[in-house]
Amino acid sequence: MTLDIQIFDTPLDLAYCVRSVSDAGSGGIQVFIGNVRNQTAGKTVLRLEYEAYHSMALREMEKIANEAGRRWDITGVVVHHRTGILSAGETAVIVAVGAAHRHAAIDACRYIIDTLKATVPIWKKEVFEDGAVWVSAFP
Amino acid sequence: MKVDILTFGIAREICGGRLIQIDVEAGTDTDGLRLLLAERYPALSGLAQLNIAVNSEYVTEPVTLHPGDEIAIIPPVSGG
Repeated sequence: MTLDIQIFDTPLDLAYCVRSVSDAGSGGIQVFIGNVRNQTAGKTVLRLEYEAYHSMALREMEKIANEAGRRWDITGVVVHHRTGILSAGETAVIVAVGAAHRHAAIDACRYIIDTLKATVPIWKKEVFEDGAVWVSAFP
Repeated sequence: MKVDILTFGIAREICGGRLIQIDVEAGTDTDGLRLLLAERYPALSGLAQLNIAVNSEYVTEPVTLHPGDEIAIIPPVSGG
């Protein structure tokens, strides 16, 4: 299984991610793209500010990808995550999974993005016209 | 001994910097560190969750701190 786990402070490259899991053995490729929404609870989002604990975030994402490789028969995983300031419509994360068959690719991709959101030390602050909040910080 | 602690996100804002230093007695573990942090930065207690990572691994059981450990406090994550 190939792994390509990276954190960028520049725009992500979807075509690269798809190519990266497109080997001849991959009959199915599942891609998840996480973009910045223009609003939260009816309030206009001006921008998101992402920060990461880089070394640990990379390790955690690698663990998740390897766990996906144990659970499903997949040929490759790409996880590219952004940091820095992102505007509405920009891509914050891309997960791409290749597999011989579609179900493994789809299920593994879902597992990777769901687990990433729960455990990987990356944070985002939503900035509105009248203030800013760190997402999920408070009960 | 003094330990350096990395902070991120809202914890960084509460603590007032990416890197803080705390004086701990030798043998202090991560639970002891939590108490010291709560004393010094009461606002941390209001967070939904506060994890500690030692050498880039989440701590699930109390771990004794050693000089040179990379210690980080991890407020609720929100990647993706």
